[in-house]
Amino acid sequence: MNWRVWLPLMLFALFLGVAAYQLTQPKDDVVASGMIGQELPYFELPPAHSENPGVTTADLRHGKPRLLNIWASWCLPCIAEAPQLEALKEQGAEIVGIAIRDDPEDVAQFLARHGNPYSRIGRDDLSEVQLGIGSSGVPETFVIDGNGVITYQHIGDIRADDVPVLLEKLREAGA
Amino acid sequence: MRLLAAFLMALVAAPVLAQGSAPPAPYAYRQLDDPAQEAAAQELMETLRCLKCQSQSIADSDAPMAGDMRHQVRIRIAAGEQPEEVRAWLMQRYGDYVSYAPVVSARTWPLFVLPIVFLLAIAAVLWRRFGKGRA
Amino acid sequence: MIAELGHAALWMAAALAVLQLVAGALGVRDGEAEGITILSRPAAILQGALAAFAFAALLWVFAITDLSVKLVAANSHSMKPMVFKLSGAWGNHEGSMLLWVTVMALAGALIAAVERRLPERTMQATLAAQGFVALGFYAFLLLSSNPFERLPIPAAEGQGLNPLLQDIGLAFHPPTLYFGYVGLSVAFSFAVGAMLTRSVTPDFARAMRPWVLGAWVLLTLGITAGSYWAYYELGWGGWWFWDPVENASLMPWLAATALLHSVSVLASRDALRVWTIMLGVIAFSMSMLGTFLVRSGVLTSVHAFAVDPKRGSFILALLAIYIGGALLLFALRANSISEGERFSVASREGALVFNNVMLSAILAVVLLGTLYPLLTEAFDVRVSVGPPYFNPVSAIFALPMLAVMAVGPLLRWRRDSFGRISKELALIAAIIVAGLIFFALFERVAILPLLGLALAIALGVASFLPLRGRNLRRLPVSVWGMVVAHFGIAVALFGMASESAFSNEKLAALEVGQSTQVGPWEVKLDGIEPVAGPNWTAIEGRMLASYKGGEPSEIAPQSRNFWAPPQQTTESVLLTRWNGQLYAVMGSEADDGRWQLRLWWKPFVTLIWYGGMLMALGGVLAIIGRVRRDLKRRSIRRKIEVRRADMEELR
Repeated sequence: MNWRVWLPLMLFALFLGVAAYQLTQPKDDVVASGMIGQELPYFELPPAHSENPGVTTADLRHGKPRLLNIWASWCLPCIAEAPQLEALKEQGAEIVGIAIRDDPEDVAQFLARHGNPYSRIGRDDLSEVQLGIGSSGVPETFVIDGNGVITYQHIGDIRADDVPVLLEKLREAGA
Repeated sequence: MRLLAAFLMALVAAPVLAQGSAPPAPYAYRQLDDPAQEAAAQELMETLRCLKCQSQSIADSDAPMAGDMRHQVRIRIAAGEQPEEVRAWLMQRYGDYVSYAPVVSARTWPLFVLPIVFLLAIAAVLWRRFGKGRA
Repeated sequence: MIAELGHAALWMAAALAVLQLVAGALGVRDGEAEGITILSRPAAILQGALAAFAFAALLWVFAITDLSVKLVAANSHSMKPMVFKLSGAWGNHEGSMLLWVTVMALAGALIAAVERRLPERTMQATLAAQGFVALGFYAFLLLSSNPFERLPIPAAEGQGLNPLLQDIGLAFHPPTLYFGYVGLSVAFSFAVGAMLTRSVTPDFARAMRPWVLGAWVLLTLGITAGSYWAYYELGWGGWWFWDPVENASLMPWLAATALLHSVSVLASRDALRVWTIMLGVIAFSMSMLGTFLVRSGVLTSVHAFAVDPKRGSFILALLAIYIGGALLLFALRANSISEGERFSVASREGALVFNNVMLSAILAVVLLGTLYPLLTEAFDVRVSVGPPYFNPVSAIFALPMLAVMAVGPLLRWRRDSFGRISKELALIAAIIVAGLIFFALFERVAILPLLGLALAIALGVASFLPLRGRNLRRLPVSVWGMVVAHFGIAVALFGMASESAFSNEKLAALEVGQSTQVGPWEVKLDGIEPVAGPNWTAIEGRMLASYKGGEPSEIAPQSRNFWAPPQQTTESVLLTRWNGQLYAVMGSEADDGRWQLRLWWKPFVTLIWYGGMLMALGGVLAIIGRVRRDLKRRSIRRKIEVRRADMEELR
């Protein structure tokens, strides 16, 4: 018996196994940031809105853990997550916003319509901070501990059941 | 076949396009003045994956985020960074996914070992067929 | 009513496929055309007619825009031009599967009607295999992708008016590939039939060859056209990106290329029997695999296509049954099929074997690079494999293959010596060396394009060497086919290498009246005009382009905004000269009132697609030559039989 004639069948079976397994898996398209556990890169962003100050690395480095919300007024899921951000704020979370490729007028309109849960909003016209922390889209929310280290990344809009998770992650980052 | 890809993309292009009216980054559509640096940047950009598109490099995508990534690449190259340093900077953030040029690692070694196996298999096939005294 | 008739015709065709399978299987068992077995040929022919009727019914409901049919409502619109209404019939999943099945049934009908060379038992096995494969596709259509499904309430208007999808290229490029896939499915059925009856003979190879050649021609054309349309449609000047969808079409082509060479060896020298069977199975596997990858969504992102997991599972099940079954059969039978005639390394067969294993290795590399991300995702690791991997790794195998391709056609069958063709070898080697030195003088030509350029020129010359010393008028057409196809490869290779080595890119921001340089071209922005179309508005850049200070030509690329659905597209302009193309794309307005332009000068880029067309032309010539010779052989055989009958009568 020549074993080599079975080789194609075995390779094919391997492919079938992987393909069948992948078909049953939900397809997740997220690209996780490699910056979890790393310090924030240095940046200084001007304010994106007249009522909120801008954001620098130093602002995120002292004191308590915070949420860093990457969003934009042109992003539809950001509207969907606005109530959850409000809920997070009510439960004591400080939320720092970074508006990606945005226009101050649009930002003001968005905040007037959907609420302003942010303590600060930086204006990132070139996605520099977004690229610097390994975020690949809007909206994304990062947990930053009191020393300016990224401890957690939430990809996509925040749903109601993500709120306790984020609060827990904030608590962990504060401990 | 790219056409089929374009066709698929066309089906979803509308939400992708809703990415703000802000003007593109300065170096998204502008070449570096030094032709050698621009060539290095171009070569690098062709091997970096646009994170917001489906299988396109940042060198051939109109997605705003691809433009911002081109800007990053060009200013870093202009500041004297080596292309591989820029790639490493991005890979630190986005993992192997962002680079179309896989490097040998614990996650990618079969990509490099198997072609060597193919070479050996070819040598074996040819040897069996044409080796000494067979013809 | 028409839709129901089409649906009914599909069910009947499926029933006939069952009959064809059963009748053929009994024929294989009994080895004689008796009883139900005589029905297998008529079943195949009738099945072809019914499938064609079903497809005609689908065309009809699209032509009259019958909005009570779900598929029409989702993919057509009463305002579309007729040609796009019709092409809409196959521009979607269900319709394209019906087209596939129809062509497959027609192909089955054709072999049932005309193929008389093979032993009856092998023929029955082939028809049974063909019926079995068709049956799976009927099941797929009828159970999970019924194109004739009605809506409970007819739609008021169709949804398919996306102007981007109304492209003549999009209308005819996918069917070309499907036809190629179907040709490979026929080759697959022949291979299974031959394995089942252990009758791997030159006659089998001759029966299979036109189908392989036809499939190869269509795949070549499909890939060439797809690459050109992507080049001008996507607006970035790229013509091949090793995208999974592109690879899905390339892999069957590589397998078909290997198969058509080995089938020729089997037909004329009775060698490479096992190898030909294996390639016949692999070629069809690759087209099924490509279909699976494109339609199941395992590799493309979920954003791209509302993928039906049921659809993917169905194709995977078909893959498992057909390919798994064929590979199992291969494993069981391979040892009992002898290798056939032997030959030495310095022989035509030797060169072909070398090329075959190299092509297979390239196929394996492409397969590996395409599937590897799928494999790692099972372990939650995401990797990207792109041109920086595929180009060099496939070149390791492609460059030696191309070198041997230059020499192979000069060798004689069975046993030859390199000494006999030493002059030709020296000529080819000299051209390669001269080419390397010449192109190395240019600035900054990377190693792969450099090798490509030198090899392309050597190959171009070498492809005509087999004509030396032969009477050109009496040369068989199929030899011309080989020469033209090989020359086409050299031409395409030169285009690819030149594009990669010498392209110039210029991104410029110009005010009206300013000009810029790209390569030998000077391009002046002469004016900006707003233009309006039926459902779009555009900014048109009027430009004057002059080559090396010569007479300027007007070009006017547009940047279009469609409003329903809101979408921005670029209408690039290509200015073609004999030695390359100027590629111009209009960008948007910058803050300071200047206009963004993207310009490329791509020397000899058009040779890529001319080369592809030459390859296909070579394939067509080969088919003509082979079929003509087969017909001649058949008429001689018939004459001999008639004469023999006459003699008997005289006696």
